Amino acid sequence: MLQVLAALLPGVAAYVWIFGPVILVQLALATATALAAEAAMLKLREKPQAMFLADGSAVVTAWLIALTFPPLSPWWLIVTGTLFAIVVAKHLYGGLGQNPFNPAMVAFAVCIVSFPALMSQWPAVGLKVAFADQVGVVFGLLPRVDAISGATPLDTLKTALKLEDGQFSVAQLLANQDVFGFFAGRGWEWVAGGYLLGGLWLWQRGIVTWHAPLGFIAGLSLLAGGLWLYNPAQFANPLFHLFSGGAMLGAWFIVTDPVSGCTTPRGKLIFGVAAGVLAYVIRVFGGYPDGVAFAVLLMNLCAPLIDLYTQPAIFGMKDKS
Amino acid sequence: MLQLFKFKGGVKPQTNKTQSVAAPIGVAPLPSRLFVPLHQSIGGTPRPLVQTGERVLKGQLIGAADGWISSAVHAPTSGTVRAIAEHVAAHPSGLTTLSVEIEPDGRDEWIARTPIDHGAMAPEAVRERLREAGVVGLGGAVFPTHGKLTASKTVPMEELVINGAECEPYITCDDLLMRERAEEVIRGVGVFRDLLQPKRVLIGIEDNKPEAVAALQAAVARLGEDFAVVAVPTLYPAGGAKQLIRVLTGKEVPSTKRSTDLGVQCFNVATAYTAWRAVAHGEPVVSRIVTLTGNVERPRNWEALLGTPLSEFVALGAPKPDTDGYLMGGPMMGFAMPGMDAPLVKATNCIIASSPTLFPPKAPEMPCIRCGECAKVCPHELQPFELYWFSRAKNFGKTQEYHIFDCIECGCCSFVCPSRIPLVQYFRFAKSEIWAREKEKNAADQAKARFEWKTERDEREKAEKAEKLAKAAAAQAAKKAAEAAAAAAAGADASAAPAADAPVDAEAAKKAAIAAALERARAQREAAAPKNTEQLTPAQQREIAAVDALRRQAGIEPAADPAPAEEPKP
Ligand code: SF4
Ligand code: SF4
Repeated sequence: MLQVLAALLPGVAAYVWIFGPVILVQLALATATALAAEAAMLKLREKPQAMFLADGSAVVTAWLIALTFPPLSPWWLIVTGTLFAIVVAKHLYGGLGQNPFNPAMVAFAVCIVSFPALMSQWPAVGLKVAFADQVGVVFGLLPRVDAISGATPLDTLKTALKLEDGQFSVAQLLANQDVFGFFAGRGWEWVAGGYLLGGLWLWQRGIVTWHAPLGFIAGLSLLAGGLWLYNPAQFANPLFHLFSGGAMLGAWFIVTDPVSGCTTPRGKLIFGVAAGVLAYVIRVFGGYPDGVAFAVLLMNLCAPLIDLYTQPAIFGMKDKS
Repeated sequence: MLQLFKFKGGVKPQTNKTQSVAAPIGVAPLPSRLFVPLHQSIGGTPRPLVQTGERVLKGQLIGAADGWISSAVHAPTSGTVRAIAEHVAAHPSGLTTLSVEIEPDGRDEWIARTPIDHGAMAPEAVRERLREAGVVGLGGAVFPTHGKLTASKTVPMEELVINGAECEPYITCDDLLMRERAEEVIRGVGVFRDLLQPKRVLIGIEDNKPEAVAALQAAVARLGEDFAVVAVPTLYPAGGAKQLIRVLTGKEVPSTKRSTDLGVQCFNVATAYTAWRAVAHGEPVVSRIVTLTGNVERPRNWEALLGTPLSEFVALGAPKPDTDGYLMGGPMMGFAMPGMDAPLVKATNCIIASSPTLFPPKAPEMPCIRCGECAKVCPHELQPFELYWFSRAKNFGKTQEYHIFDCIECGCCSFVCPSRIPLVQYFRFAKSEIWAREKEKNAADQAKARFEWKTERDEREKAEKAEKLAKAAAAQAAKKAAEAAAAAAAGADASAAPAADAPVDAEAAKKAAIAAALERARAQREAAAPKNTEQLTPAQQREIAAVDALRRQAGIEPAADPAPAEEPKP
């Protein structure tokens, strides 16, 4: 688990650079909440605390929550999300190893349904707000002005395409609006690149196998690529999708969650591809700014079934002659 | 160069083998007592052949093989039988088993040993010799060797695989055996080869034992055999029979088949050695080489008598003061010996003295996080975490669906589990539960069958009784009817009184009808019953008549019906 945290660091570094150091406050907030909730739940369930707290799984959940919530979310939003993840999504299902859903994604889904406005306001990249002011916003000391936050690039693109109804092509939008960078959301590209780097490191260390991440990336890009080739004016290219929103984080750190994902190699691949396809469908055709969380949750539901039908042949049983 | 194959999974634990290979194999001194369990191999339990107080010689048969898959047991040295009683067994359960206790007399006097020339004998006779000599698989599975020495009738025997891999950490008994007694090992392999007639003989040894490889290669060359001595990669469990077969031949033996069905058979090197001793020296298996290592001052391999109590054996190695127990077998598959009285048996390849520093107590078990590490290392490509899940939930049907009986209990999964779950223990539990239930079910089925059979018998008896009663009553009635008829006839003759006739007639007619019916039934029964004296040819009749005449002459038998003893066959 510590290695997973380490692998998140390049992404976090890029995040700090792009959106400011306030994310560190959020990470600390989520971590503290997660550990406290974990300890309390373990106590309630009469389980040894030190051992479980040290396993790092609560911290990973906390970090994923902090990294998927908007950095300027009010403190109570992060705390609520984390509490929900640990208490309900993890411990009420039986604790470590028993939860059918990825706790961080449950938190994200619950919060985006409950507080859609807060959950879709991301700071405009490039707008330099002093660290103190950011912290002020988080803790409600400063007013939450729209000037410092707005929709994500993904959302912007979707809204623009919908509202203007074919007036602008994707290419035009990308060129004209400064929420977009070289090929994806401005700044988001770097954060996603950081996650990719960390993910590749995890893969190289043998912590994750290639099946789920590659499946996710393939599922997302193939669908995105197909539609983009079909109508480049209406659909953004696969690269844009891979490097926007939670795609890279999802590919390397969320669909690879062993507990709620598939376990057989073929199962992981199927899980990844399906989650990638669903994420694309939800983010492009659905009502939410990003689709990774819902895609993963939906696939969590299917994981046991996929596992059941993808049992690898056992020793000596390969040729069914 | 032979092409080697890989098996999936496997782990590389620390081998810890160097400690015990410094000294040559030592001969363990005679212990003060021997406890020889009668049941030392898979299969039937041998019957005891000696009595308390009896003097036995070294190599004397004390337990006769019971059934084909069973193997004889012999006195390991000369001495006196002190008891035939239950004694703690070398088994994790600590259960007892019927054992022969022998007090050695110190003379170590052999029975008369008769070598055989296996080449000049029928294969069955050679197999019988191995069975009588108590030769069983010494790699740990202790399957009676003779039971594996028949080739499949339908599949040609292709490879004979000899297992010298010895992949468990700490164990070096096969290594030293191969180094020091290579020629006899190879000759033993020759016996197996002659019985099975395979196309190739492959001897697999993990490549961390170069001396053993060299020694066997030299022996093969010296004896002019064409066996291939192959160094296989060091990867646990390369010494599992199925894994070694896979590495050397590329064949995977599924749990549903025997290896001979795929044209392969596998024996351990130590088994080959004892087979040769049995054939060429007439020596039954009374001792074996046991590695004594771990937390002892003098780790070493000893040739020790079977039945040596653990306490006397471990004293040879001078266990260090902090020793807290003894493992039999290796750290991956072994188990803690249940007591210091437990004896060394044919399956004892290694005794490891354990200490808290050597085997620190495991950190507490954590929940499974489905990381899949266990599945990655499982050489049988199972899903240990699923098996674990269902074993824990006592959902044994599911464990079977997930092939729990394909698990060879190699311990790779437990070894890598980051949550430190003792997976194999769960699997052993599940397997034994399933067996127990199976047994219970069989017992219940048998009881049911017995019950049904008894009910049926009761009913049959009842019916027979009723029939008998009816018959008796009918006979009675017939008699009466006959009497009445006779009386009536007499009456009619005498007085011809028709007045008395009518009622009697009705009665008599009824009785006569019954009598007739009974007569018919009897005739029918007789017709159904086999008759071997019917339809005799005139020649036969003449014969019978002649025999009868002779009999009458001799006064044996009154001239009744033809004797059934002389059944002429039509
Ligand atoms: S290695 Fe242990 S924790 Fe991982 S899946 Fe297997 S049993 Fe579960
Ligand atoms: S003990 Fe059984 S389940 Fe575990 S790795 Fe070995 S064969 Fe597989």
